[in-house]
Amino acid sequence: MSAIGQGRLVTWRRGHRSVRFSRRSAWVALATCGVVLVLAVVGLMIGDYDVSAGQVLAALGGGGTDPLASYFVTEIRLPRVVAAILVGIALGVAGSLFQMVSGNPLGSPDILGFTTGAATGALIQIIVVGGDTDAVALGALVGGLLTAALVQVLVRPHGLTGTRLVLVGIGVGSTLGAINTLLVAEASLVAAQTAAQWLAGSLNTVLWPRTTMLAVAVAVLSACAVTIARALHLLPLGDDTARAVGVPAQRIRTSAVVIAVAMVSVATAVTGPIAFVALAAPQVARRLAGTPTPGIVGPALTGALLVLGSDLIAQRLLAPTELAVGVVTGALGGIYLIVLLAVDWRKR
Amino acid sequence: MSMRLRSEELRVAYAGRPVLHGLDVEIPDGVMTVIVGPNACGKSTLLRTLARMLSPESGRVLVDGRPTGEYGTKELARTLGLLPQSPTAPDGMRVADLVAKGRFPHQSLLRQWSRADEAAVRAAMAAANVTDLAERAVDELSGGQRQRVWLAMALAQETPLLLLDEPTTYLDIAHQLEVLELARRLAREGRTVVCVLHELHLAFRYADHLIVMAQGEIVASGDPREIVTAELVEEVYDLPCQVVTDPLSGTPMILPLVGTPAAGRPTPGSG
Repeated sequence: MSAIGQGRLVTWRRGHRSVRFSRRSAWVALATCGVVLVLAVVGLMIGDYDVSAGQVLAALGGGGTDPLASYFVTEIRLPRVVAAILVGIALGVAGSLFQMVSGNPLGSPDILGFTTGAATGALIQIIVVGGDTDAVALGALVGGLLTAALVQVLVRPHGLTGTRLVLVGIGVGSTLGAINTLLVAEASLVAAQTAAQWLAGSLNTVLWPRTTMLAVAVAVLSACAVTIARALHLLPLGDDTARAVGVPAQRIRTSAVVIAVAMVSVATAVTGPIAFVALAAPQVARRLAGTPTPGIVGPALTGALLVLGSDLIAQRLLAPTELAVGVVTGALGGIYLIVLLAVDWRKR
Repeated sequence: MSMRLRSEELRVAYAGRPVLHGLDVEIPDGVMTVIVGPNACGKSTLLRTLARMLSPESGRVLVDGRPTGEYGTKELARTLGLLPQSPTAPDGMRVADLVAKGRFPHQSLLRQWSRADEAAVRAAMAAANVTDLAERAVDELSGGQRQRVWLAMALAQETPLLLLDEPTTYLDIAHQLEVLELARRLAREGRTVVCVLHELHLAFRYADHLIVMAQGEIVASGDPREIVTAELVEEVYDLPCQVVTDPLSGTPMILPLVGTPAAGRPTPGSG
């Protein structure tokens, strides 16, 4: 086993304040940011009404000469692009938190059943209650949080640790998956169609009000995630060692799970379930940065890149027909997982 | 003698089964205290309760006269350090990164790596003689090297009180001595060291203050040269023995009678 380490560490000091990070992660983060920005501009340019890069910048600056272009850029495409980035951040960070708590690369909300639980909440709204889109979003949020509470209760006697969390999550997820299938099977044709659309996970109909809400939630939750990140990095050393250096291990785990569940639920509430991003983003970020644990910033940016890129593919692959972004991430994620497993097995 | 670390009426139970029966422990400052006793006598439980890894059913642990329950987690970790039994590091983690983790209680979001952190890590790695291993992965090292790295992490924490839970387990005799020499040196430099050990000969040799436990009680405590007797060892370990003086260190040494003709065991073929 070679030394992965954190590579060259750089320290910035100013008075009593200091920040420390690895040079490689910083470069990777900058590069990812750059790609996200480019994709964002592309996302604002293309569509049924093509807009040039210059027009995009003019529209963003408020000085567009073509009112229709400005309308498409600022009112239709910008909220969607921003939402894609925010959902990516939320899923990437949530996935990373779950993986660091469970110490398992499979510890993602997709696999742990939280996404399925959010879907159950949304389906109940669509099929049983017949609520509008806001009600569906709320249903997803409540569904995700209730599922997390259920998993927490089932795991409780032994605390939230690795394999147990994954196994209980898989069990709960499978049960909820069956309930979801049952709900759709019993639904009216119209409701079943709405449900199927929602379940595919899509950014097609996202406009400003929802994006703004998402931005506030993601900002607050990301800040919470950053405050516990340093303590989280100590959990892989074992609870005793972590506590010996002053990390309240169990409390940090619970906080991480609460933050992660809230992030997944908020993202799912806005777009429907977007598969595999939470699973893949932290692992991709960790490999790019060459660190033993995924961290927070890397997975956030990688998640943003994955969702934004997938949404562009979803929009243009079969244009003018728009696919749901969840279909693309699902396909990409599936391929990623197969490659990851194949490479891992070959190494052994 | 002053006592920064002590306990009052400490009762601890595991799953309803009492393990410690109301212990009043006093750990003398600036010397090396060694806790010995047979398996399951509660010595690790005592150490872990002193370090607040376990909470007592009743009674309390006092650090500088204040109950540990009143300390914040980081606050306590700046005063009292613990090296747990057989700790594990994630695959591929570098030695320097692991030792740096010991600085956690001195850091915060806006104070991630101060000059004091850097100096403490450098000093800890030098003291534990692991400076040359800094760039290696922890899981590549031998058992003795790894234990020194973990000690370096605990040292980087710069706590005046340092608790070591069986730090010599799984090490060969040379590496055991290396770890104990380091622990003794720390005590000579003014730290208060408490160490759980199994190996009696080494325990008696290195303890400035010895605590002998049996069945959740303290049977004897004090300077090993004054308290160790054949009767004590036989009472605690149910092991008939003779106690002699180690000609090199002047500390007590036990010679078990088991396996010698003096034990009166029938010789092969006599039955």
